[in-house]
Amino acid sequence: MNTIQTITERIANAAAGLPQTTIMEVCGTHTHAIRRHGIRQLLPENIRLVSGPGCPVCVTAEEDIALALALAKLPNVTLFCFGDMMRVPCGDESLLQLLSRGADVRIALSPLDALAFAKEHPAREVVWYGVGFETTTPHTAALLENAKRDNVKNLSVFSAHKTMPNALRALLGEDSGVDALLCPGHVASITGADAFRFLPEELRLPAAISGFEAEELLVAILALVTMQKSGNPALINAYPRVVKPEPNETARALVDAWFTPCDAVWRGLGMIPQSGLSLLPEHSKYDAVKRFALKPVVVPFRNACRCGDVLRGGIEPTECPLFGKVCVPQHPLGACMVSSEGACAAYYQYEGAGI
Amino acid sequence: MTDCITLAHGSGGRDYRELVETIFAPAFQNEYLSPLTDAAVLPAGDRIAMTTDGFVVNPLFFPGGDIGRLAVCGTVNDLAVSGAIPRYLSCAMVLETGLPLDTLRRIVASMASAAKEAGVVIVTGDTKVVEAGSCAGLTITTAGVGVFPAGCVIPPQQPQEGDVILCSAPIASHGMAVMAARHNLAFDPAIESDVRPLNHLIRAVLEAGVSVRAMRDPTRGGVAGTLTEWAGTKLNITLEEDFLPVRADVRAACAILGIDSVYVANEGVALFSLPAEQANLALAALQKAGCKEAAIIGSVANGHGSVFAKTHIGTFRRVLPPTGELLPRIC
Amino acid sequence: MCLAIPGTIAIIEEETATIDYGGTTRRASVRLLPDVAIGDCVLVHAGFVIQKIDPDEGAELEALLKEVELL
Repeated sequence: MNTIQTITERIANAAAGLPQTTIMEVCGTHTHAIRRHGIRQLLPENIRLVSGPGCPVCVTAEEDIALALALAKLPNVTLFCFGDMMRVPCGDESLLQLLSRGADVRIALSPLDALAFAKEHPAREVVWYGVGFETTTPHTAALLENAKRDNVKNLSVFSAHKTMPNALRALLGEDSGVDALLCPGHVASITGADAFRFLPEELRLPAAISGFEAEELLVAILALVTMQKSGNPALINAYPRVVKPEPNETARALVDAWFTPCDAVWRGLGMIPQSGLSLLPEHSKYDAVKRFALKPVVVPFRNACRCGDVLRGGIEPTECPLFGKVCVPQHPLGACMVSSEGACAAYYQYEGAGI
Repeated sequence: MTDCITLAHGSGGRDYRELVETIFAPAFQNEYLSPLTDAAVLPAGDRIAMTTDGFVVNPLFFPGGDIGRLAVCGTVNDLAVSGAIPRYLSCAMVLETGLPLDTLRRIVASMASAAKEAGVVIVTGDTKVVEAGSCAGLTITTAGVGVFPAGCVIPPQQPQEGDVILCSAPIASHGMAVMAARHNLAFDPAIESDVRPLNHLIRAVLEAGVSVRAMRDPTRGGVAGTLTEWAGTKLNITLEEDFLPVRADVRAACAILGIDSVYVANEGVALFSLPAEQANLALAALQKAGCKEAAIIGSVANGHGSVFAKTHIGTFRRVLPPTGELLPRIC
Repeated sequence: MCLAIPGTIAIIEEETATIDYGGTTRRASVRLLPDVAIGDCVLVHAGFVIQKIDPDEGAELEALLKEVELL
């Protein structure tokens, strides 16, 4: 019998007799991998997987997207960002649309691409649009550190970076409907596994850090179901080939040297205290919003989309009245349909009719 | 003659003639073009296939090819998948002022070489000149004419229940090569496009006596684009993910950029839908024609217009029609 | 949230390593994980090496399945 069958059968045995059990994954790449491998087809009916707020594209507030668009419109600015952010709409505009109208927006595979460009084009103002969680924030810090070291003056950062633990506390507080948590393996590779101990210890939730292969996801799910059955929540590191108990100290030191926690607005979830990262006051000359004296943008709430409930794990994407009708990958209304790994887009893409 | 395109090259006067006589005519030389008349006079059978295509690519040169090779192969392949034998091409170019003549020479030479490879002739052409910055250096518009041999069966371009899907070569190379070159992604070695004429290998399959139900070169939108179109509303197509040929370098690049290879453009891949019992005959013909990695990648059943991919662990996921431009992602 | 791809370190030049992904290579920064050596199997996210990978995957899965039995 192969490994997949073995683990699948053990999940079925462990799940027998359990009531409806909801496992939330909080990493967009998990969402993607679960759909891509068709993991749901291998789980018993009483085990339900829902997607939490782990896609930085999805949770970036429209207010922040509006600021990024404003930066891209400045005549002397070259804005660098990850490809993921290009299609995110704010109102009727996106960075991709600005690009097609002549704005200088460039896709980077690494934040350091922005630094290399800034050195080659000293007359341009280069802005790095930093999004992402613990895994990606150190990259922005390294970019800033190198810019400072190399005395590059024409580079600044627009930080929409966020942190995971406080968001999880806010989400999983009361009536969240989530029974167990599949923790993000690549975040944990930076933060260390211990950063997720608060889940069983404070919130009494079984938690398992998982990798992204089918076998890894299934073992983590098996651990969660087993803990749910035994009633003993704990943190299991089911991705030990990558995740260590302790953090990546170099990364942590870099982030601490450049960023400080701040309150942050999450698309679909609202303001979550101390869940964002802004540049420390002593580094404000690298802060693009300050450098270009941008005014905060107020974005009115515009539609009946239920992204908030999807991100909280309250509903499946199909329970949103807009899903698959007016809100589709070609014309995303809600945040979760924007990125291909957004909960709704991934659902639309990989589940579809009949599966 | 200057070493760059100028507005004078578009005037129809002496500079224009010089451009035609020193660059285009010698490179494309053939009996139909040589009179340099307004229209080429061509022999053809009782039925012909005709196609047209426009080519804009940034950058003009990419590993494994360039806009000229792309234009010839793209046109030849559109004719070939109709079942015709490609014969004649036209070539209209829009050139920007400031385009180095050396660049033009290289592209024209590349067209001539691709035409030779495919066994077609470029029989007529035109150039226009526009101001710098208005057309990304150079654009090419082609038309192509193909003929049908007497008594041949023209594929109906309609897959049927019980067909299998055959893929002639590893997928996703062209799209990844162009994306890597455009965004300066610095893969080493560089990822090479698969751009090549498909007419000979298609001929090999048809002449082996295979009753091909449908053929397509899955360019933009990739394999997913072709299969979702073929599924239409009444068929289901199941793709075996493990059997899909993808070059190791392309597979790595797709993983790094977070891109699904079935959505990436190809310029050297033919997909066939044909009766399952003829699969081995077709595979043998393809292998004999040099397609060492040709593979059966899926099957066709009655259904409701869905394409599914069977994963390596035996589960299924839906493959949707392509949407929007492919962009690298980090999430 | 974070697409990270495994590769093997082929060359290290100051802060930059050439990573072999099997079929192609690409450069990545080792700024976040300076303590790496040629031949190390590592995880790369957005142009940076972020963690080493223990290559013995099979044994790990076995150990995990045993661990789960004790839960």
